[in-house]
Amino acid sequence: MDISYAGTMSRKNEILKNATGIDYDRFEISPVAFDYEKLMDSCNYSFEDALKILHEAGVGQTPLVELKNLTELIRSVSLPGKGARIFVKDEAANPSGSFKDRRAAISIYHAQKLGYKGVVAASSGNYGAAVASLAAKRGLKTVILQEVYDSRKVGQPEILEKTRACEAYGAEVWQLSVGPELFYIMLRVLEDSQFFSASLYVPTSILGIETLGYELAQQMLQLVGRFPDMVVITHAGGGNVTGTTRGLEKAGSKNTAVVGVSVDLQGLHMASDSDFNRKSFTTGHTGFGIPFLTWPDRTDVPRNCARGLRYLDRYVLISQGEVFYTTELLAKLEGMERGPAGNTSLAGAIALAREMEHDQVLVVQETEYTAAGKLPSSQLTFAKENGVEVKCGHPRDNIPGKVIVIPEEINQFRLEELNLDKIRKSYFSKTMEMTKPYEPTQEDFLFLAEDSNSSIDYVLGVIQSSTSN
Amino acid sequence: MPDARKGDLVQIHQIILEPDQRPENLPSSTKSVPYECWIKGFLLNESADLGNKVKIETFIGREILGILCSINPTYDHNFGTPLKELLTIGGEAKKQLGKT
Repeated sequence: MDISYAGTMSRKNEILKNATGIDYDRFEISPVAFDYEKLMDSCNYSFEDALKILHEAGVGQTPLVELKNLTELIRSVSLPGKGARIFVKDEAANPSGSFKDRRAAISIYHAQKLGYKGVVAASSGNYGAAVASLAAKRGLKTVILQEVYDSRKVGQPEILEKTRACEAYGAEVWQLSVGPELFYIMLRVLEDSQFFSASLYVPTSILGIETLGYELAQQMLQLVGRFPDMVVITHAGGGNVTGTTRGLEKAGSKNTAVVGVSVDLQGLHMASDSDFNRKSFTTGHTGFGIPFLTWPDRTDVPRNCARGLRYLDRYVLISQGEVFYTTELLAKLEGMERGPAGNTSLAGAIALAREMEHDQVLVVQETEYTAAGKLPSSQLTFAKENGVEVKCGHPRDNIPGKVIVIPEEINQFRLEELNLDKIRKSYFSKTMEMTKPYEPTQEDFLFLAEDSNSSIDYVLGVIQSSTSN
Repeated sequence: MPDARKGDLVQIHQIILEPDQRPENLPSSTKSVPYECWIKGFLLNESADLGNKVKIETFIGREILGILCSINPTYDHNFGTPLKELLTIGGEAKKQLGKT
């Protein structure tokens, strides 16, 4: 067997077909379009099945907690009548400490049902621990591939903690240096082990997250008698936005505004060895958030079921310093010490709630566990050791990779609003570029309209104006 | 005395790709260094010294070859040092709420 880089990559489609049990060719309509809902339905689990599988594993049914002190603090610095009620879904209460347990639960069940002896996942974050935890419960073996170290063998404390957690659940962990060749290693391990690929982007992964949106909508009905006005979601690869929104819709919550939030790390190159340890967030940031919107099919499977652009109403950015500040507030005002990365959406919610009325309700749909390595003091100590300046000041002075500014007060929180129309245009032009010389048809324009939450006329208008330029 | 004996928890190191084997489209700081990995498991050789080529059995029972680089490696990530930039946030918020 040729296990060289080129040799292994040439067998990519065959390896992934064996490792996911999905023949993606069945869903292709054209070089541009595929049948998304048919792919989503292909795993043959009903929503009731999903709830049952999660329940058996102790996943889900997490508390929805009103953050009354934080709401009061926000109102105290907002215009009269402004400041929505904020609730948080305490996903840290899941078995391995994050919403990623939902994402892993059905995939692991599915892997076992299909007869695989083990699972493989690529994750430097909570997903690896979720896979390892759920596989442990079902008696499956786990290999987790993590991008951990730069070329000095220096690793961020948050990722080192994930290595520890995965090993605590009994996983074999490959700690890799910086580089996109992680995908090559994944193919090699899948081929060698014949394990299941617990990709973040398969239908079972998204179905698991749908339970989160569904649950929070139901809980809001019980708590306040109606669906939330806004749900705020940390956005990276798109799965959290996709699954949560689909779940909200299944619960009947169709008029809820869905807002994605990412940490602003624009300017840092995600595949750069020298930039790797100049960021304090390993996910939930623009390094994933923007490219996954403009080209979702960049993943470890041929077609990505996480398609954020289908579901987002708004996409906003927040700085690292604002997230650390928020993490402190959540601990000190609400008695909830949680991991910073999981508080990205809460930091965004502080600025968003100030735009809303008192009688409106906003739900932040996750928290994550905290531990050594996953808290402001360890992450900022590491940042300082790696040449990043940490200081108090105004968040506008943040420079990703150079300066982390901790706000002086909560009324300095501000959002950078990303223009979704620009992202749509970029998605369309990337699609045209990737499928050249194919001439798209009406069916393709309909697909692009659905896939970008727009209309056929909009798609045609954008494509015609870009070709005439 | 050898550094490690059969059954000890150890860590191995592998160079997966030398710089000239890595894809061309990488940033220069990444392209100029090898692609590496580290894996933990139980030593299968009767004994070995750091730097020897060894075989390990991982936590799930798979066997992997590599260079012995650490014996019973410590998890040394920690809670960090208290930062003055964070210490006053809670107190100021409570003051704002009149709850001090």
